Amino acid sequence: MKRILTILFILSTLTSLLADGAPLFTAKDRPYDKGDAIILEWKLPATIDSLQIQKADSLEVYQPLFIPLEGETSFVDQDLSYDTRYKYRLLALGSADGDSLLLSASAMTKQNWFYMDKLAYLLMLIILSAAIIYYILAAKRGKEFFIRRISGLDSMEEAIGRATEKGKPILFVPGVAELGDIQTLSSLSILSQLAYKAAEYNTEIIVPCRFSMVLSAAREVVEEAYLKAGRSDAFREENIFYLTDDQFGFVAGIDGIIVREEPAANFFLGSFYAESLILAETGLSTGAIQTAGTANAHQLPFFVVSCDYTLIGEELFAASAYLSRDAEQVGSLKGHDFGKLLVIILIIVGVALEIAGISWLKTFLMGAGS
Amino acid sequence: MKRNIPLILAFLAGLLMIASEFIPHRPFSNMVETLEDWFMIIAGFSIVLGLASLLQMNYQKISTKAENWGYHLSCVIAFALIVIMGALWGMEDQPGLLGQGEKIVSWLGKKPFDYTYDNALVPLSATMFSLLAFFIASAAYRAFIIRTFESNLLMISAVIVILGRTGFGTMLTSWIPESYRIWQLPVLADFIMEYPNTAAQRAILISASLGIIGSSLRIILGIERSYLGGDK
Repeated sequence: MKRILTILFILSTLTSLLADGAPLFTAKDRPYDKGDAIILEWKLPATIDSLQIQKADSLEVYQPLFIPLEGETSFVDQDLSYDTRYKYRLLALGSADGDSLLLSASAMTKQNWFYMDKLAYLLMLIILSAAIIYYILAAKRGKEFFIRRISGLDSMEEAIGRATEKGKPILFVPGVAELGDIQTLSSLSILSQLAYKAAEYNTEIIVPCRFSMVLSAAREVVEEAYLKAGRSDAFREENIFYLTDDQFGFVAGIDGIIVREEPAANFFLGSFYAESLILAETGLSTGAIQTAGTANAHQLPFFVVSCDYTLIGEELFAASAYLSRDAEQVGSLKGHDFGKLLVIILIIVGVALEIAGISWLKTFLMGAGS
Repeated sequence: MKRNIPLILAFLAGLLMIASEFIPHRPFSNMVETLEDWFMIIAGFSIVLGLASLLQMNYQKISTKAENWGYHLSCVIAFALIVIMGALWGMEDQPGLLGQGEKIVSWLGKKPFDYTYDNALVPLSATMFSLLAFFIASAAYRAFIIRTFESNLLMISAVIVILGRTGFGTMLTSWIPESYRIWQLPVLADFIMEYPNTAAQRAILISASLGIIGSSLRIILGIERSYLGGDK
């Protein structure tokens, strides 16, 4: 009993010493990261006037790293290599002789197995994926789902019909992004359906591409669509071509095609930036039926003003499922709807909790779980 | 088989990319950079395909003397010229077959490739970009014609935002007392941009993000395969 009391006394004395302003400088590996940062923390007496933190380089020579402002008590040294020991020292200059301090600390960076601050994203992803897979399986079992009409996609047949009547081609622009962009992939999925219908109607389809990878995929998609429609003889490889990687060179090329060929229907589907309005207005001037779609929200107003139909955000991603009417794909659209419901609930609950002064949900969702 | 291998690769690559988003440890931590490098290598090879397509398409138009074939000829000539200039004298600090081309640089001020780039391509791109100013005016005119209740709202908010962003708007409503400052045009314009506009943009972004998750999942699971050319 006496021994326990002695230990408790020593511990409390040490704690009170530290609390009373004993200088402290620590370095520790930032938890739940890829081993690229060290957290430095310090606690110094009030007599200190200025501070400097130094870091040892590969030759063990200390170089200035950071000069903290008054009141700052921590610093995160980032862009470090993993599994490496880093040494730091803190130089503190006081107003009187004997107040100055030199404290050292070191820590080793360590790679971890989970980004704890992304826990909320992971949970959301699992819930959404589970919902989408559930609806896909339900659709496979034969359950029918209602999906609302998307007039921009319903008009596709009308646009092709008009092009056929006028004997003019259809222009399809799969955006200005590389093949790695999900909007380009969605665009190519729509191109597949469009090319199939164009082949059935025996209408020419022109597909200018900004990148060679997109060209390669677009050719494959159109060729397969013609083959599926039993019109492989009508497929013209030269109608799917590369223009240029340059953004405005690409726009100039397409504008030239619009003015010279005067397509009866223009489709601008994919990722678009500053060129959206230039393309859509040029198309409008020729009187073509225009359908546009992008998930780049800042370009949507331009398309809405200049095009007959616009696919807004998620409609671009839903287009392939909508057009194919494939039960599995339609089922996945129901999964999107579940996701929307989940987001709506989270927003309402989040707002209510914030009004009540409870912030844990917001903190968790913003990724401060670590 | 022709379709199955790409589907399996897409499935594995998709899973790895998702894992790398949540696992900071090797080998997942540098997975994105590695795959991006692979993509760049493949894209490098595909440039040949693009150039072949460009030349094939233009050659066909020129050889058949199709309508406006002169444009296609000028495209091929420009292409050939820039390739020759780059090959002979290089670009920036890179030497070409004839070295750094000091003589021609002293005459033009730059290497021919850089000279053409700065004095032809950049102004032409700027010209295309500048067309936006005129197109925005004509598009805005059409959007602001009052036909329906919605276009009426659009017109009113547009006028407030346009005036609120100018000195004239500030001058017009500067007499409004501080206690009613929400009715001052610059404050009202900021309010429209910060709340209704941001709310609408975020709604689109959230739904687009959900669409991206759904689309990606369909591609990873092989349900959506039309981007590969066929359905089944």
